[in-house]
Amino acid sequence: MSTTTPVKDPAALASWATEQKAQQDSGAPILIRVSMGTCGIAAKTGSVLEVLQSEVQSQQKEGQIEIVQTGCMGLCHSEPTIEVYDRQTRQSIFYGNVKPEHAPAIVREESSQAYGVDILTQNWYRPEEEKADVATAQARIVLRNTGRINPESIGDYVGTAGYTALAKAITSMQPDEVIQTVIDAGLRGRGGGGFPTGVKWQFAANQPAGEKFVICNADEGDPGAFMDRAVLEGDPHAVLEAMAISGYAIGAAKGVIYIRAEYPLAIERLQCAIGQALEYGLLGDNILGSGFDFDIEIKYGAGAFVCGEETALIHSIEGLRGEPIYKPPFPAVEGLWKRPTIVNNVETLANICAIVRQGPEWFRSIGTEKCPGTKVFALAGKVKRVGLVEVPMGTTLRDIVFGVGQGIANDRAFKAVQTGGPSGGCLKSDDLDTPIDYESLRALGSMMGSGGMIVMDEDDCMVNVAKFFLEFTLDESCGRCTPCRVGNKRLHEMLVKVCEGKADMRTLEKLRQLSDVIKETSLCGLGQTSPNPVLSTLRQFRREYLDHVLNHMCTAGVCSALISYEINDRCVGCTLCARNCPVSCIDGSPKELHTIDKELCIKCGVCQQVCKFHAVDKH
Amino acid sequence: MKVIDTVAGRHSGSRADSGLLEALHGLQAEHGYVPRQEAMALSRRLSVPLARIFEVLTFYSYFRLEEPGRITLSVCDGTSCHLQEGPVLLNALQELLGIKPGEATADGAYQLNVVRCLGCCSCSPVLMVDDKVYSHVEPTDLPRIMKKHPPIVNKESNDDAHSTA
Ligand SMILES: Cc1cc2nc3c(=O)[nH]c(=O)nc-3n(C[C@H](O)[C@H](O)[C@H](O)COP(=O)(O)O)c2cc1C
Ligand code: SF4
Ligand code: SF4
Ligand code: FES
Repeated sequence: MSTTTPVKDPAALASWATEQKAQQDSGAPILIRVSMGTCGIAAKTGSVLEVLQSEVQSQQKEGQIEIVQTGCMGLCHSEPTIEVYDRQTRQSIFYGNVKPEHAPAIVREESSQAYGVDILTQNWYRPEEEKADVATAQARIVLRNTGRINPESIGDYVGTAGYTALAKAITSMQPDEVIQTVIDAGLRGRGGGGFPTGVKWQFAANQPAGEKFVICNADEGDPGAFMDRAVLEGDPHAVLEAMAISGYAIGAAKGVIYIRAEYPLAIERLQCAIGQALEYGLLGDNILGSGFDFDIEIKYGAGAFVCGEETALIHSIEGLRGEPIYKPPFPAVEGLWKRPTIVNNVETLANICAIVRQGPEWFRSIGTEKCPGTKVFALAGKVKRVGLVEVPMGTTLRDIVFGVGQGIANDRAFKAVQTGGPSGGCLKSDDLDTPIDYESLRALGSMMGSGGMIVMDEDDCMVNVAKFFLEFTLDESCGRCTPCRVGNKRLHEMLVKVCEGKADMRTLEKLRQLSDVIKETSLCGLGQTSPNPVLSTLRQFRREYLDHVLNHMCTAGVCSALISYEINDRCVGCTLCARNCPVSCIDGSPKELHTIDKELCIKCGVCQQVCKFHAVDKH
Repeated sequence: MKVIDTVAGRHSGSRADSGLLEALHGLQAEHGYVPRQEAMALSRRLSVPLARIFEVLTFYSYFRLEEPGRITLSVCDGTSCHLQEGPVLLNALQELLGIKPGEATADGAYQLNVVRCLGCCSCSPVLMVDDKVYSHVEPTDLPRIMKKHPPIVNKESNDDAHSTA
């Protein structure tokens, strides 16, 4: 890196960017990107990286091959994933499920295909730089740098137009122009609510001048979602830059990132990015000589889902219990330390720089009329290609689940897709062709939520799914209001009864009634949406509830009170199950038919798993 | 005590309370939990009533009030893992260790926790042992995994650990 002194003005930033770009283009002919997000690291990408590095040395290819660690490429289903990029032809090959023993061949072959390694198709494009291709379902605005640049290098970020949006805003636009741009772009909050971001900024900007705050909500609490974390791990500067822009727009000089303490890697990358931005004068006092000052501080959450709610989050930053309060006054009027404050989600912010760079018309050309832009989903569950996907708003669920996700794994049948996490609902195959946006999902009894998307197959019991989410809500209710604290407990008890086959038809009716009461009388979004998983499954999968209640049957074979394990006459008496049963409840001598003591059996399924003769049945 | 001092130094006046969570995070990072003694010291140092500190401590599930087991086993019960045999794994582990989630074994060797989504949903069900993530774990894999993390014996007491640090 050439500059170690602060970047003085936009011209200096531009020349640094040119220098970075030139450096990137003239680097080694082959660039190998190694996906080192949390999922990659869990899949032991680290050892692949080590072997790649040592192979480059032993094959003496230091001049030909450069290796860079990036954030998540979104291809979580085939981690460890690497991308071999040829700088001359600008072509990439993606390899999945890479093992250390593949490394020599990959290094040897450079940009031609290495024999024996899985090749993956890239099915996304970056609307800012590339033309849409009909075959590509995904469009990357939020994830444009994630998985491509080294998140710990500010130079990499600057080389991809980083900080030019901030430079443009603070040196050539008035604050109200910035706000108008965001309003015109039609960007809506990606944290779940879908409130127009520019309008929220306007409220805060309209408050009398004085101390104001910008908060980035990185509390990502949905128990099956990891979009925000991927952005923070893969492209932290984009969030910092956007926070500074929003600070300029509303007249705030201070930003706070509220992040879950459970995200150590994201925290580390953010701290590193803030340090670099300060060093180069892209945060701090008198940014780019414009006279605008902006500082960012990180605050840690402590394992409370409700702290994702903005008023609770503010209390938590103030060192209090994270309990929500009644709105209005909205935080934009009276927020942190009773000062005007805007709270924005990570993904919302990650759209800002592209909007400022490319303008509102460009942004509006992607997505739908009412919901321009894209949405990132953490696609998980029973699909083949689990991963991080970013699609234009208005894409159908079918395109996501069966297109990007490539359908259900293990030849099972699709049953439902759950969106919106604990506040959302389940959608059936009939709903798969709905173009998704905030309104269409709400009309179907679900929610956009923050972007968790869990696909379920025939082996999933929908009553059990409802019970799972309610357990989560119960754990997480702050306890401030009775309907949420006590009502959800009663709902949960009723669901337990259903799962145990002890409920009757009146229970189902009571479930519905109590759900309605909780929705209407709870104070915050947590309570108001907590019965959604129950209501949506009751409506869409009534048959399954009836099976549990009337026939004492769990067709998916999940509810343990309604299933039992039995050994059939295929048993050859190998004793394997008896030796593996954790509670030793399987009886039988070698070479004789074994039996299970159903009183003692804890229904763990180990016996079925270990039996090589298919002699254990589940009923 | 270092943590408390730096926090107290930075946060004063009407906004002093905002340092409270930070200080508690610091204490937990140092001790693995928030010892009552330390909470009392913090109360004096920040001039915050002890009741206020416990009000906050008990609200956030991240903070522990008791010393955890030396090796932490965290079973994921996020949506994806829940649907892919996470509960079966948890059950098996409970049987194996004879403890419930949130508890430590009597010898203090293992701590069993349940966590919500570790962000590796493609690896469900997931078990994390201290910082190491194991993917697609089946109950039959447990003995092998536990062997890799044998109970730590003769662990130095907390005080010793400090004096060497
Ligand atoms: C119970 C509850 C949990 C929430 N959790 C989050 C969260 O984890 N992340 C987030 O960005 N917003 C969350 N929200 C929404 C926030 O209150 C707020 O609307 C959002 O941060 C605003 O940012 P946006 O307009 O950019 O979406 C939550 C809301 C509720 C009611
Ligand atoms: S609805 Fe639930 S979480 Fe929200 S304030 Fe009331 S008790 Fe707390
Ligand atoms: S299901 Fe589990 S507890 Fe029951 S018999 Fe099989 S191994 Fe034993
Ligand atoms: S649900 Fe277990 S890692 Fe996401």
